[in-house]
Amino acid sequence: MDAQAAQNVGAQSTEAMRPVLEAQDIARVLTRIAHEIVERAKGADDVVLLGIPTRGVYLARRLAAKLEEITGTKIPVGSLDITMYRDDLRLKPARAIGRTEIPGDDIDGRLVVLVDDVLFSGRTIRAALDALGDLGRPRAVQLAVLVDRGHRELPIRADYVGKNLPTSLRETVKVQLQEEDGRDAVLLGQRTDTAAGQ
Amino acid sequence: MKRHLISAADLTRDDAVLILDTAEEMARVADRPIKKLPTLRGLTVVNLFFEDSTRTRISFEAAAKRLSADVINFSAKGSSVSKGESLKDTALTLEAMGADAVVIRHHASGAPYRLATSGWIDSAVVNAGDGTHEHPTQALLDAFTMRRRLVGRDAGLGKDLNGRRITIVGDVLHSRVARSNVQLLHTLGAEVTVVAPPTLVPIGVESWPCEVSYSLDDVLPKSDAVMMLRVQRERMNAAFFPTEREYSRRYGLDGDRMAKMPEHAIVMHPGPMNRGMEITAEVADSDRCTAVEQVANGVSTRMAVLYLLLGGSEPAVTTASTPRTEESK
Repeated sequence: MDAQAAQNVGAQSTEAMRPVLEAQDIARVLTRIAHEIVERAKGADDVVLLGIPTRGVYLARRLAAKLEEITGTKIPVGSLDITMYRDDLRLKPARAIGRTEIPGDDIDGRLVVLVDDVLFSGRTIRAALDALGDLGRPRAVQLAVLVDRGHRELPIRADYVGKNLPTSLRETVKVQLQEEDGRDAVLLGQRTDTAAGQ
Repeated sequence: MKRHLISAADLTRDDAVLILDTAEEMARVADRPIKKLPTLRGLTVVNLFFEDSTRTRISFEAAAKRLSADVINFSAKGSSVSKGESLKDTALTLEAMGADAVVIRHHASGAPYRLATSGWIDSAVVNAGDGTHEHPTQALLDAFTMRRRLVGRDAGLGKDLNGRRITIVGDVLHSRVARSNVQLLHTLGAEVTVVAPPTLVPIGVESWPCEVSYSLDDVLPKSDAVMMLRVQRERMNAAFFPTEREYSRRYGLDGDRMAKMPEHAIVMHPGPMNRGMEITAEVADSDRCTAVEQVANGVSTRMAVLYLLLGGSEPAVTTASTPRTEESK
């Protein structure tokens, strides 16, 4: 029900939005990030990819497939729901929570790469780091995002960025992925009243 | 969802499915090295128990603690209630202490409703069993157990119990568990049959959304789940059946009867069990009996209820969508 409603909202507002990344751009960007991960992790042997629901999970799965092509080994991929760790829970009605799926036994001693679609205030990542702390003790944690739109409110940065997208706070960035929205695109538009009220 | 959980009838189908889905995620917390979530930090949950209960109180306590809430246990024995304090004064005391939620069990039907609607307190009220009225969280954990066993853990997400045939057997008259289960299971689309001796069927059962039968053997082959109720000796002040032996002959579940149930069907019991009375040890210890599972599921379900009632500025909304917005990324 959530996804459907979100899609309806998307259908209304995306017409006036300008695409900044098209499907082939997203594919290229993910390939580059996969190569960067292998390079920095010197082979990606102990890498675990954790996507942040909803779209981060799809991106993590795509990245895992690319990493598998490059390294020839299977990369564990899972999801990390951050709802219960948010700092703004009291601002809205209680939310439905998503799935946390840790692949393999645990994340102790592994290199965890968090994957999300848009990096904005950094609060989601702060919550994700707290959630990780309750799940184990990774060797290191890195962050991969498709789009970094700036306006950080916490001292957090991404290790792998698909595209740096300087935006104003009056703008809105929407990532669409085949698995959820039926097409791949990153859209930039003006914030409407509904978006501002969210 | 409403602000309080007083009756299973307060829940819409979407509310109930949301609680079950949330409980499924909460159940995963139990498998983690740190079985705790920070979500209800700084909130106070009071367990107000006017009636003896071990598993329900412990279950609520564990649920609240896993969500990092502070828990205050208040039992009538040895408290000011035994000195004659009224429910109102107890409520005002809790309000003054800043309780965010009150989990209440009371021997009088309607006490939680009174607490929630009287204006004495601002906190959310969760009914943990009132008299012979309702026990909604027990119904939720039973529905959760059924969905897991009959539909599947992951396959069940977002689904209800549409078309499943559930049989509730035993002391329906005194059972708040039966009352809440009939309501909730009906909301979730299940077909419910209650089976009891005529003396233990409540007046007005015609208005319940269920069938009534007096013969267990007729219903068993057509059941996906059979819920055995405890014979509540403490509430039996009249002769409802001639002898215990006769009751257990006609309405008790033994190995022979269990063999008449379909292969996939499960046996449930809200506990505590009277072995040899409504259920034999052979059945209670079999793989098909979910009594122990129900206890574990109780913690997950109550975590889900507490989270959905207290985890936001107001209880979860099931009609409008609440996707993660861009602002929060």
